[in-house]
Amino acid sequence: MTTSGRLALKKRTGAQIIFESLLREGVEVIFGYPGGAVINLYDELINYPRIRHILVRHEQGALHAADGYARATGKTGVCLVTSGPGATNVVTGVVTAFMDSIPIVVLTGQVATDQIGNDAFQEADILGITRTCTKHNYLVKDTADLAGTIREAFHIASTGRPGPVVIDLPKDVISGEVSFEYPEKVQIRGYAPVTSGHPGQIKLATREILKAKRPVIYAGGGIIHSGANRELLTLADLGSIPVTVTLLGLGGFPGDHPLFLGMLGMHGTYAANMAVTRCDLLIAIGSRFDDRATGKVESFAPSAKIIHVDIDPSSISKNVTVDVPIVGDAKNVLDRMVKILKEQGDVWKVTRKPWLEEVRRYSAEHPLHYEPSQKMIKPQYVIQQIHRLTGGQAIIATEVGQNQMWTAQFYQFTQPRTILSSGGLGTMGYGLPAAIGAQVAFPDRIVFDIAGEGSFQMNVQELTTAVQYHLPVKVAILNNHSLGMVRQWQELFFNERYSQTLMDAQPDFVKLAEAYGVVGLRADHPRDVIPCLEEALSIRGPVVMDFHVDPKEKVFPMIPPGHGIDQMILAKPDKKARRVVPLTFPS
Amino acid sequence: MKNTISILVENKPGVLARIAAMFSARNYNIDSLSVAETVDPTISRVTCTAVGDNLEIEQIMKQLRKLIDVIRVVNFTTANGDFLTREMILIKVNAKERDRAEIMRTADIFRAKIVDASRESLTLEVTGDERKINAILELLKTFGVLEIARTGQVALSRGGRRLIDKHPGSVKSPGPKKSNRPRGSMI
Repeated sequence: MTTSGRLALKKRTGAQIIFESLLREGVEVIFGYPGGAVINLYDELINYPRIRHILVRHEQGALHAADGYARATGKTGVCLVTSGPGATNVVTGVVTAFMDSIPIVVLTGQVATDQIGNDAFQEADILGITRTCTKHNYLVKDTADLAGTIREAFHIASTGRPGPVVIDLPKDVISGEVSFEYPEKVQIRGYAPVTSGHPGQIKLATREILKAKRPVIYAGGGIIHSGANRELLTLADLGSIPVTVTLLGLGGFPGDHPLFLGMLGMHGTYAANMAVTRCDLLIAIGSRFDDRATGKVESFAPSAKIIHVDIDPSSISKNVTVDVPIVGDAKNVLDRMVKILKEQGDVWKVTRKPWLEEVRRYSAEHPLHYEPSQKMIKPQYVIQQIHRLTGGQAIIATEVGQNQMWTAQFYQFTQPRTILSSGGLGTMGYGLPAAIGAQVAFPDRIVFDIAGEGSFQMNVQELTTAVQYHLPVKVAILNNHSLGMVRQWQELFFNERYSQTLMDAQPDFVKLAEAYGVVGLRADHPRDVIPCLEEALSIRGPVVMDFHVDPKEKVFPMIPPGHGIDQMILAKPDKKARRVVPLTFPS
Repeated sequence: MKNTISILVENKPGVLARIAAMFSARNYNIDSLSVAETVDPTISRVTCTAVGDNLEIEQIMKQLRKLIDVIRVVNFTTANGDFLTREMILIKVNAKERDRAEIMRTADIFRAKIVDASRESLTLEVTGDERKINAILELLKTFGVLEIARTGQVALSRGGRRLIDKHPGSVKSPGPKKSNRPRGSMI
């Protein structure tokens, strides 16, 4: 958009400048919560009907909703909160977005510039607080700097490795008046992300791919951020290379593809973890060798050369030393790799047959598995039924813990931007507001929040937001009356000493839902699961489903903390047997 | 190994805090840190020394570059080409009548200046690299060192090259945006 001359001449208030700038950045929705420091902004908001404001019920919900919106759409999410407690309440959401590289611009109110540092009412040093958990942050001290700062913030948040940017807005800066001109270009001399991979390195990588007998692709959230899913599919198909993904990479490769191994890591599939252990070439793309993916790093891909494609140079050789580093955007790099490999013809279908057979043997030996029950609802069964009834087309938000891992394992994600889950930070309470954010972006799609009763209660207040804006999110609580993941650790590694993980008291979730004006459904028996889901899907409004699941059900496979990813527990070990069952593999 | 890292940053409030916060958040140690405005008033130079293995220092460099306000980072210790380092120290030393001559002779050898004198003490100003400063400090300890104040290391590459030259598209036309900008390092 160009700046009109008329606007440039006329004086504008800071509040007007902020909304004019947001419009120029293509912002359609803001998730926020008003307060004293931003009251001028909220007053001005009435004059900007093109910007939709979603009033949440807790600022943390605003940030997660903006995050869910950003993950589902690929656009930059925007969040607006007041100073002090408003700003500190979004910090968990900011760190969540930072860890998972989600583009968000967070506008926080601040006390007037002459009061900063005086311990004024609702003052908090949000710049200091968010310094190490934002991609960048700003305190705007002059109304004249507003437009340029917002322009920069959106640029920084959405380019390179995306991330949250906080803009702190003192009250007098919002109310000040200057002439408005929106800068066309951004020039930041310290910021120039490298998107195009080094040609020599790409050539080197393709040479390794040509040579490899047992290659594996290990893809992460970078595939989703750069929109490289097609290129990834082409590379895998072309080279007959099996693919494993991280939690954030789910949907980046079709879950029903024969080359798909499933997720790797602590709760990854046997096939994925064994393939990584056995491979002679690991092609890491947009993944950062997080400890939940690698397990003990010494035993991660021990006999492999490693190619690492990442847009963030600091991700490369941070946890694991890499043989062929390529700094660049995944889509760009993969596209060029594929072009080089295509010149080599189609030899790999034959040469990699033994490797693919070995990998498929792993899948056949120990597929993802749970014991079906006629008496108790198995949480995995609920997730499979959600997948079946939505045709795998839903957007699925998760909370954190067992519900998250079962969703990752049993909902077959086939498209990018269909899973919204707090991977890096593991934020309980993320799912419901994230689902709300996604539903705002896609009012006609089915959006689920697969939850545990623990996580759900952390941001349950956002049900009202869903009601107010007619957002038909479906919450499926896998209710096991405990903080399941911690309980699982206590059962397996702490001699069944269930310290503070059993929730003896819990609300009646059906009544709770009804109190919020939401339909509440409950299922206690396996035969109730499908009717319950069908009913929920037939209702046009939000629904809370309370599935009382087998409280003893655990997430398997599991790598015990501190172990290598080839040392999986596949089922609860015999009490007499050793706790960890080391698995051997053919050499 | 001790690494001398030179960082050119935007001369803006809060930049030093960003650098310090990155070091502490990622559990890296800074041995010394010195900051001042450069000839271009929009840029400050931070010189820091940090100890770590190659991998750790490489990560520090990458994390520094990731900061938006950081314009350029060079590790003089591992970069090609020679460089020089200096620090300054003020040493307040016990100076009894019988020791004065010896202290002043030591000062001469090290080309130190005596910048303050009293009946009981002399204060020396010494500039040099770390080894030289450690050496004179060691010698003066025999007389009794009362107090010292020591700057962090500053460093420049030898020869005509400039750090900023290698950074394309930057500071072609220096000069602050606003004329009423206060002088001095704002970070």
